[in-house]
Amino acid sequence: MMRTSDLVASAGRALRANPMRSALTALGVIIGVASVVAMVALGSGAQAQVERSIASLGSNLLIVVPGAMRGGGGVRGQAGAGGGWDSLTMDDAEAITQLENVAVVAPSQRARAQVIANGLNWNPEVNGVTPDFLIARDWEVARGRMFDETEERQARRIVVLGRTVADNLFPNMDPVGQSVRMNGGTYEVIGVLESKGQSGFQDQDDIVLAPLTTVKRRIAGRRGRGDTVSQISVKAESEQVLNRLQEDVENLLRQRHRTREGEDDFTVQNLSSISETMAQTTGVFTALLGGISAVSLLVGGIGIMNIMLVSVTERTREIGLRKALGARQSDILHQFGLEAVTLSVAGGIIGLVIGVAGAWGMTTLFNLPLVVSPLNAGLAIAFSGLVGVVFGAYPAWRAAKLDPIEALRRE
Amino acid sequence: MALIEADNLTKLYRMGDETVHALAGVSFSIPQRDYCAIVGPSGSGKSTLMNILGGLDTPSDGRITIAGNDIGAMSDDDLAIFRNQTIGFVFQSFNLLPRLTALENVELPMIYGGVLPKERHERAAGLLQRVGLGERMAHRPTQLSGGQQQRVAIARALAGQPALILADEPTGALDTNTGVEILGLFDQLNHEGATIVVVTHDHDVARATKRTIEMRDGRIVSDHLNDRSARHDAHV
Repeated sequence: MMRTSDLVASAGRALRANPMRSALTALGVIIGVASVVAMVALGSGAQAQVERSIASLGSNLLIVVPGAMRGGGGVRGQAGAGGGWDSLTMDDAEAITQLENVAVVAPSQRARAQVIANGLNWNPEVNGVTPDFLIARDWEVARGRMFDETEERQARRIVVLGRTVADNLFPNMDPVGQSVRMNGGTYEVIGVLESKGQSGFQDQDDIVLAPLTTVKRRIAGRRGRGDTVSQISVKAESEQVLNRLQEDVENLLRQRHRTREGEDDFTVQNLSSISETMAQTTGVFTALLGGISAVSLLVGGIGIMNIMLVSVTERTREIGLRKALGARQSDILHQFGLEAVTLSVAGGIIGLVIGVAGAWGMTTLFNLPLVVSPLNAGLAIAFSGLVGVVFGAYPAWRAAKLDPIEALRRE
Repeated sequence: MALIEADNLTKLYRMGDETVHALAGVSFSIPQRDYCAIVGPSGSGKSTLMNILGGLDTPSDGRITIAGNDIGAMSDDDLAIFRNQTIGFVFQSFNLLPRLTALENVELPMIYGGVLPKERHERAAGLLQRVGLGERMAHRPTQLSGGQQQRVAIARALAGQPALILADEPTGALDTNTGVEILGLFDQLNHEGATIVVVTHDHDVARATKRTIEMRDGRIVSDHLNDRSARHDAHV
């Protein structure tokens, strides 16, 4: 019986004898593994990006907006988009506060306004909010402070700037303590928010927060003046109660608005379930990419089988001699099998390195997080080894079964 | 008991509808330390007999034991071990692996015998010394002459300390002088105690041995001792 170290040495020697052929054979597996690794990493990166951007909106969060969602389509008529869609009111927000499992309720009113400071101007979203808005959205103030409830009620002329607004209006200075002009009025900057980054195509930092009362009285158009709000953010006490709270909110608002299910004039968006759906979608996308790449790995495996069959034919005489000198069938089987597995595993390792490098390049290009799990890397190597075993088995078996008399006679 | 005992060996090959008797009842015995030639034209059955003697093939009928092994009753793996431990093959075309050095070629049977690398090395080096190639151990077959390659092959045949050396036309690919040298080496090995069977169609080669078994049409037609006194004087 051949010793394992001799087996390994023998396989290595055989592969080194034809370096070009070995390299080209391994190339099939290299390309297969590299593309699987790169595609799965890219898909996982996209998935992580989606989850991260949805999580950045706030955890355990329900967002109530006016207008009905139809069959998975977009929300029809956002606040202010047309008559009849100003269905949410401050009283609705107040009523939701009374529900069980509610941590925070934050009504808000959106508006657009030209913001001027330092001779620079910017056109961000202006959001009239209560102090609880930051709690609902898991948002922190980076510099300065948020306004408090008293200041909100008093409709003070103060604002907290998003990072993008701050950077554009006050490029080289601390905005806190400076003033900006909106709709002809002057507002003091009391804080700057920490950066939240992109969510989808929207820059979450392109925002100015002002007291809700202030926005209603001084900035929002005619429709924003009344008791209505454009959005209510509802934060649940925990993830477990989120779905139940969603139902409670829907039932409460149906009661208050005297609508029936299916005729709602509002929509409650559950960010966890949106996140789940998106993650599932990108997961399918990832599996699809990985599956297509796996086909190329299969082609690489067929390349190995092809070359091993050629090798067995070329080395028929050598196999005959080895048998005459005392090699058993299992020795020959192991020798040729090991050559195939060495080719494919070496290809797998090189492919993994190239795949990770490629994934790094692509994720950098598309500004996605790079996700390479050790499990996936290990799976890639193990799978390439399996390819070697599966596609090396038949040629090795052919070699092992050769009749030594016939084999020695072959030229 | 003799080293080889063959009793009424038959070997049938089916070629289409026809049945060919490669061996049609062959009986002989070869004692230890014998140096014997099996001669005959092609188709006489000598190659078939050699394959059976080497454990590469099994008889259809009859019985043959070599160093106590009943060849007809052994499994494939047992035959592989038998070839490794009991037989040393020498081929007409040397059959050295071109990528291995002389030393590594001699080590090859010991790899399959599970001999440890250090011992393998020492034994192979000793054997190359013994066949007169102590200076060329690191050479590859292409860097050696035909006679030198056959010496490496003989060293390889000796590596497993076999009970029987089986040579198939060992001088067939060599010029006359080199052939005589190789036969001289066999003579020397036989003198030192090795049992050698040479299969050949060349009667000059047969005359260099102690005994000639002549075959024709699958049967032994003569079995006689050679008069070696003249040759002995010339070469030793």
